[in-house]
Amino acid sequence: MQKITKEQLTEKAVSLLRDGTVTHVLGWSAGEFDYDITPAVFSDEASLRKSFVWNDFCGANFSKYLVSKTRGIEGKLLVFLKPCDTYSFNQLLTEHRFDREKVYAIGIPCEGMADIDKVKAICGDGISSVNCDGEKLLVQSIYEDAPISVSPSDVLAERCVNCKSKKHVAYDELMGEDGDVLDSARFDEVSRIEAMSPDERFLFWQNELSRCIRCNACRDACPACTCEVCVFNNPRSGVENKSPANNFEEQMFHIIRAFHVAGRCTDCGECSRVCPQNIPLHLLNRKFIKEMNECYGEYQAGETVGSKSPLTDYTLEDLEPGEVFDRGDINA
Amino acid sequence: MNRREETLIPKIGVITDVRIDTPDIKTFRVVTPDGKKAFDHRPGQCAMLSVPGVGEAMFSITSSPTNEEFMEFSIKKCGCVTEWLHQAEVGQQITIRGPYGKPFPVDDEFAGKNMLFIAGGVGLAPLRSVINYCRHYRDRYGKIDIVYGSRSKDDLLDYREIIDEWMTDAGVDVHLTIDREEDGWDGHVGFVPNYVKELGFDTDKTAVLCGPPIMIKFTLDGLVSLGFDKTQIYTTLELRMKCGVGKCGRCNVGAKYVCKDGPVFRCDELDELPDEY
Amino acid sequence: MRKCSLNSLQSVFGKIASSALLYLPVDSADGRAVFSKWDDGTPLSNALNTVRSPKDFFFPQTEDLMRFKTEGKSIEVIDVREETEDFVVFGVRACDVKSFDILDRVFLAEPRDSYYASRRDHGVIVSLACTRPSETCFCSTFGIDAASPAGDVSCWKTESEMFWQANTEKGEALIKKIEELTEECSDEAVKEQQEKTARIMKKLPLAGLNTDAFGGGKTEELFDRPEWTELSEACLGCGTCTFVCPTCQCYDIKDFNTGNGVIRYRCWDSCMYSEFTKMAHGNNRLSQKERFRQRFMHKLVYYPENNDGLFSCVGCGRCLSKCPISMNIAKVMKKLGGE
Repeated sequence: MQKITKEQLTEKAVSLLRDGTVTHVLGWSAGEFDYDITPAVFSDEASLRKSFVWNDFCGANFSKYLVSKTRGIEGKLLVFLKPCDTYSFNQLLTEHRFDREKVYAIGIPCEGMADIDKVKAICGDGISSVNCDGEKLLVQSIYEDAPISVSPSDVLAERCVNCKSKKHVAYDELMGEDGDVLDSARFDEVSRIEAMSPDERFLFWQNELSRCIRCNACRDACPACTCEVCVFNNPRSGVENKSPANNFEEQMFHIIRAFHVAGRCTDCGECSRVCPQNIPLHLLNRKFIKEMNECYGEYQAGETVGSKSPLTDYTLEDLEPGEVFDRGDINA
Repeated sequence: MNRREETLIPKIGVITDVRIDTPDIKTFRVVTPDGKKAFDHRPGQCAMLSVPGVGEAMFSITSSPTNEEFMEFSIKKCGCVTEWLHQAEVGQQITIRGPYGKPFPVDDEFAGKNMLFIAGGVGLAPLRSVINYCRHYRDRYGKIDIVYGSRSKDDLLDYREIIDEWMTDAGVDVHLTIDREEDGWDGHVGFVPNYVKELGFDTDKTAVLCGPPIMIKFTLDGLVSLGFDKTQIYTTLELRMKCGVGKCGRCNVGAKYVCKDGPVFRCDELDELPDEY
Repeated sequence: MRKCSLNSLQSVFGKIASSALLYLPVDSADGRAVFSKWDDGTPLSNALNTVRSPKDFFFPQTEDLMRFKTEGKSIEVIDVREETEDFVVFGVRACDVKSFDILDRVFLAEPRDSYYASRRDHGVIVSLACTRPSETCFCSTFGIDAASPAGDVSCWKTESEMFWQANTEKGEALIKKIEELTEECSDEAVKEQQEKTARIMKKLPLAGLNTDAFGGGKTEELFDRPEWTELSEACLGCGTCTFVCPTCQCYDIKDFNTGNGVIRYRCWDSCMYSEFTKMAHGNNRLSQKERFRQRFMHKLVYYPENNDGLFSCVGCGRCLSKCPISMNIAKVMKKLGGE
């Protein structure tokens, strides 16, 4: 279902390597199956041609890798950015987390990524291949003779169902056509939770967060979590933990993290994508975004480089603390 | 209630004496509340000491097993637990469990051998146990040489014991050195590895090394250049440990667990381990 | 061998649960299987396996080891250990049953871990044969037969019946308990299912994965291989693989000050974490590459070296489906094994 092809991207990367524009390519490397794709840095044509892949399972947001992968390299690193990735890209630049001069960014269109769990919910386990015939996904299982045809819209990742933008906000070069900022329904679920009674809401989050195994994947994948040493990893912080002493602490971890990335979170959805326990962590962040939009006017982190989030920018028109307090009261 | 033995559950220890050795090292004397040794150990073995609420850490038992009254731990201030211990007073209770690890082969490979002990800084702590054990059973060993160095005179651990006891023993030669010259020091000045080479020991000895990794590395090279075989050289390692019994996985290097298969290793055994210690 | 009809399965569960806590895989609201306590009528999940492995039953993610009360300079150690209640875990897959052998060799080695040992003593494992393995399964690589799971009791589920076979004394006792609800039978249907599953196993994409390049004594050969750099390049350093793994058993011991005494508790730890080996004065594994390598070297070389060649992986495939960047032991084995 992607409009741009793997071949187009490979040829582009090869030509930029050849003419010396870049020395490295941050891209996707094919796995054992068609859906288990690993981010990789390629530095030669042969490995690109052998392993580079682009398909409906290239969901990983590469922006955060720029922090580590641009360090200590000679020349420039080519990175392919989907529209949503470009917001993280800008946000990281705003926070001076990598050297822009080290990066050659190509914006590529994205038609939305597939969620393998949703594919399996329809086709069952035992998937041996997933191909695209241009419109439909053809899923071959070891248990079926013929491939099962699946409509991409039925297996879209949650964050893609509620895609906020098909527009690239940062690039050196664009491949394909740029899209528009979308009028997504991404806050609907937040509204639904807001409408709950405090008890219901507490129960909802308790149920979700109690599954947490504290693997830290949400934090480690989050492009807004780029502290060199996370406070939760510092043994001297007094809050260093792998696993909680009690459930309450677990809830605190996610809420503290949501506070920490508030105003900087671009709503890229990596936290929920990587969660092995399917906890909808992005909803916590969306709640903060929605609150900020309502209190201080629409703000999208990463839309431009250098913009200040309402939480770090004071204006005379800002809501008085008392009004914020009253809002909380009403919502309760 | 389950009464099965559990090594992770510690005993209570009482600090009965605190000796200030150097600006950042103190030696703690520990007994059980009824005034006994918490457990028997062999030279080179370790114990887990903890301060509830602060944490638990592994320390080498610096007193010799021949001391039947108490155990001693020479502890350098460098982390949460050690900082807490350094402000502890006599009478303070802590917890203690052990003994852990493989000891020095004092009754096997070391028996009848000339011994060469080489230590740097707080590295003397684990060696003091075996040195005093060898001194106690003096007739079981040949000549004893001790090379000990520190940053400065003030940083020499157990200085009084070294001067008053070790240096006065027959058949024990003590060679002290400090890194830089200072007033009131007329002994040797220079780093331990160089001093060992200067002293040029015969290879009819079994050597035991302990100190900072960089000291161990260069001293080992020095001994090998003097003609020592790695099977004649022992050292003791330190890695992060939690359980002390080879289960928590933290001190795993290659197929070995430092807490269980070490901390004492013969240097030829270390060559078989990946370079991760 | 005995059998019961699936219609009477709930009564069998009821009988088992009358004298022990019964746990089984149950579909959660969001459609994933989770080991849960059986209550009257709780249906058995049809999912292939649970996201979290059953290691939690013996080695829970967090457990209190002891408590301390401190007053002035005095400390009191409070033993909080209690004898575990008898429990039965139903529906454990062949791979996960094998993981208990691997954990046993760590926790039951002298000195025995009494917390783990107590749960092992009081737990009965009822395994369930697989019939529809996933593409991520590779238990056969480690000599495990998904169609003949071990455990105290082995079960096979067909269209309409559940077959039961006791393998141990504990298993015999359990079968005795449900004697009235089951009947003696031939193993024909089971054999037929096993043959069918064996044919499927051969068709799995990872069926050819082998351990030839690994095992005890291979440290020197594998440790400095250049492939580690590429393999670990995208690793986020999270603990997902470790925590969904049925055989990962590294732990941390931590103190928690409740304000009214101190709880010393144990929790899962991960060698993938940057502070795993951090000491007050240094860290012997500074890069993610070193930490990544440790995890796989431990499973494929160090553990077998200490345990008669037994690998510390059971091919359950959890890390394959859960790693955020899709890097896993199968890819490591293929790369280092020369694909």
